[in-house]
Amino acid sequence: MRNLKLFAAGLTLLAALTPVQAADFSGKTIEFVVPFPTAGGSDVWARFFAPFLAEHLPGKPTVVVKNVPGGGSITGTNQFVQRAKPDGLSILGTSGSTQLPYLLDDARVRYELKDLIPVLVSPTGGVAYVNPELGAKSARDIGKLRGKKMKYGSQGPTSLDLVPVLAFEIMGLDVDPVFGLARGPARLAFERGESLIDYQTSSAYLRNVVPLIKAGKAVPLFSWGVLNDKGEFVRDPTFPDLPHFAEAYEMAYGKKPSGTAYEAFKAFVVAGFAAQKPIFLPKGTPKDIVDTYVQTLDKVVKMPAFKEKAGDELGDYQQAVGPAAQQAVKVALTIDPKAKAWVKDWLTRRFEVKFDKK
Amino acid sequence: MLDVIGSAFVNVLSGTHLLYMLLGVAVGMIVGILPGLGGIAGMSILLPFIYGMDTISALAMLIGLLAVVPTGDTFTSVLMGIPGSAASQATILDGFPMAKRGEAARALSAAFFSSMIGGVFGALVLTAFVLVARPVILAFSSAELFMLTLLGLAMVGVLSGSSFVKGLLSCALGLLMGLAGAAPATGEWRLVLGIEYLVDGIPLVVVALGIFAIPEIIDLLRRNTAIAEVATLGRGWLKGIRDTFREWGIVLRCSGIGCLIGAMPGLGGSVADWMAYGHAVQVAKDKSQFGRGDVRGVLAPESANNAVAGGALIPTLLFGIPGSGSTAIFLGGMVLLGIQPGIMLVETQLDLVYTIIWTLAIANVVGAGLCFAASPFVARVTTLPYAYVAPFMLMIIFFAAYQATTDWGDILALLAIGVLGLYMRRFGWPRPPLIIGFVLAEGAESYLYQAIQFQGWAWLWRPGVLIIAAITIASMWAGARLGRTAIDEGGASGRVRDTRPQLVFALFMVAAFSYAIWDVLRWSFLTRAFPLGIAIIALAGALFVAVVVFRGPRASAIVFDTEAEATPGMVSMGHYFLWLAGLLAASALVGFVLGLALFFAAFLHFKARAPAGRNAILTGSAVLFLAAMSYIFVLDFPRGLLQELVEMPWPLR
Repeated sequence: MRNLKLFAAGLTLLAALTPVQAADFSGKTIEFVVPFPTAGGSDVWARFFAPFLAEHLPGKPTVVVKNVPGGGSITGTNQFVQRAKPDGLSILGTSGSTQLPYLLDDARVRYELKDLIPVLVSPTGGVAYVNPELGAKSARDIGKLRGKKMKYGSQGPTSLDLVPVLAFEIMGLDVDPVFGLARGPARLAFERGESLIDYQTSSAYLRNVVPLIKAGKAVPLFSWGVLNDKGEFVRDPTFPDLPHFAEAYEMAYGKKPSGTAYEAFKAFVVAGFAAQKPIFLPKGTPKDIVDTYVQTLDKVVKMPAFKEKAGDELGDYQQAVGPAAQQAVKVALTIDPKAKAWVKDWLTRRFEVKFDKK
Repeated sequence: MLDVIGSAFVNVLSGTHLLYMLLGVAVGMIVGILPGLGGIAGMSILLPFIYGMDTISALAMLIGLLAVVPTGDTFTSVLMGIPGSAASQATILDGFPMAKRGEAARALSAAFFSSMIGGVFGALVLTAFVLVARPVILAFSSAELFMLTLLGLAMVGVLSGSSFVKGLLSCALGLLMGLAGAAPATGEWRLVLGIEYLVDGIPLVVVALGIFAIPEIIDLLRRNTAIAEVATLGRGWLKGIRDTFREWGIVLRCSGIGCLIGAMPGLGGSVADWMAYGHAVQVAKDKSQFGRGDVRGVLAPESANNAVAGGALIPTLLFGIPGSGSTAIFLGGMVLLGIQPGIMLVETQLDLVYTIIWTLAIANVVGAGLCFAASPFVARVTTLPYAYVAPFMLMIIFFAAYQATTDWGDILALLAIGVLGLYMRRFGWPRPPLIIGFVLAEGAESYLYQAIQFQGWAWLWRPGVLIIAAITIASMWAGARLGRTAIDEGGASGRVRDTRPQLVFALFMVAAFSYAIWDVLRWSFLTRAFPLGIAIIALAGALFVAVVVFRGPRASAIVFDTEAEATPGMVSMGHYFLWLAGLLAASALVGFVLGLALFFAAFLHFKARAPAGRNAILTGSAVLFLAAMSYIFVLDFPRGLLQELVEMPWPLR
């Protein structure tokens, strides 16, 4: 099935690429705008791609990464949408943290993500893990966790970290988030024994949590999973040995998860993780420039040198290019109004989050 | 173990590695010297180049930069009274008075030499502890981290000068400024005055430049002389080194303080220099010269701020969690090079770790040497008429402040905080406590909440908490033991005739704290509790000060106004403030580069009385310099109305 989907994507890609009138960037400088601070996950990701773009875009342009941090990426994205010209010399790299406030109708958001043209999407995943002293050895023991009060370090109620809180709630776990901790400090709090349950995105998990698991200081429970083309969750290819969330739920309750909460969880997993890091071109970019980017990126992600280096940094995920990227972003940005309303209501009920009327 | 250290040492000194380290050191010196740009800006320039470089060379380059920023930034702090970067703000307090007294050479050599010792000390600590530091760092839970922020705040006691109440209020104002923006626990926008720019909080660089640089520049302009009151730099080069040896106890202890603060993830290295300074004051028997040019006030922060780098590398290498702003970028660089920081790194690639450590030590020595060599030339700037120096300084600080978030808000905030600093200076409200409060605000609040939420009230009885509490009390006692210091900014109380301007300022403080109370009362508990507590206490203090001032000039340390000493022919503060406003207005119309060129030409003509030819050359070189900076660092300029209407060519964009 997966192959069929790839094949179809390939065909569309081929169709998109046939009338090639490649743009030429000789002597030009391309600004890769990253609305996050230097050295964060998104910055490292963008700097990973920048040299590949510089080398393989026609005319070998200079590609500079420009960080415009602020407002959890809202500021830089607003600025990009307002200022960037559709000439292929300004591109934008966002993340789940850009998509979430957009989906929750944050009053500061002045960008319409649906207008931007995605040319690549890097997916990622996440894994939840617990302190071994709770007695659970794997997802099979989730029953043992029920009724135990667990602290969890989270960035904030409306951040990407709402996905795990939602997951724990659906799983029937008594998890009490402590807000104001970024992912790194949250893991530190877990290592100190202050929090008992935590999650990390794929690359951070591989880098920092796997050694803890080997040392017997953490027990992995489940990954978020990835959606297949039928819209069902399957195991994350980076963590084939770990059950995904719905699987773990079935282990614990003997039935598949369902209901509005679960639908909302699904929608936000896609927005926050499956389509986590897109590269966008500005609204109204001419087709030849878009095609040039798509073609170049398609070539890049298939190169052995890229795959070799991508392993550690991007995880074993298929980089979606061109139509596949557009599809992924479309799915991520289309959220069932019922699920959205439920999440907003839930955030207000549980964490006193007030939503401005837009 | 020893053989690994040895081979790492050889590794550092071989091949091109040393060359790349020198490149990093050179960039580090430049961004260190330029006010407002620090390690973060430097790292951002180097990052694009490291891709594809061999691992050791690239690391050597990044470490070279990391190591010398807090050495190079000393120049501006000592010679100009402007913080060269966030790491050497405390150096100003005594370094700048020394320069004014004609002792720039002594201050600089003491600073560089103690910087070098601090840096090497940091590397040694790293060598010894890298294998065992993990449990030590994990022993510091949110509760201990909160107590460390309290220890930092306790330094306000010795940094308040003659009026403790004003020091506390200044600190409270700094705390509230640091808490403004989206609350970490809830995301609610508190204390933002309805201004969207403030939602992310005011950047530290804007606060530091506003509170220290702008008042200093205006004051020097009003004096209308060169910075140094004595025309020579002095021949104190050897004296500075001797000072360092004589005060070896302070240098080593402050290096230790720097290491410890650097090693605490999330505390931020920028408070280390203040804590070291406070420590030096506390243990001194004769405190009377602090703030007037006591060399110990230079040695303490400078040894600490270089040791921070070593300390900050511990959590970076062991946990993959940066201990300071610039190590955050170093971490990004490591990831780009395919090195995964974390416990695995130390266990499997110890040689690499030791290479990093030894590069740090060598870069510190080289950086100090280079600074020594450059000093006689750079120090000459203090003998130039200040009207020639000022426009360059203003150009750099406004440009640097704008880089904080590339928003016009940066510039306006710089101006507003500059005005605040100006009046705080005038009315004897000590400014260091404001910076300490500002730097520690977020950590203090977050760690307090986290301690309570993670551990309940049991956190109060943790052994670590009790130990740090004891140290805090001991240090406060030591500070109070032997009288106060001269850190206040002049000495005019008692002769003040007209107290009305002071009263207005005191009432402004009352209004500010009242606003804070009114604002936070609207929000949920977690947003409200911490700032509310501070604002209520501060409001009471501010009312007290207002009453004392209202009752008129008496022999109280609270009544204070430097204008009482102003010479009759002196131009008013408002005069130069209008010049600044003019620069901004011109920039708002035609963009920063054109606006600055106009400002330069006008200022040099009217204020420096520069001949037309010299004027043209200086203005032209300023514009060239800006263009070069923008090109090399990929930085934007503030845009004006003109840029919004017409597409302008670079660098006028």
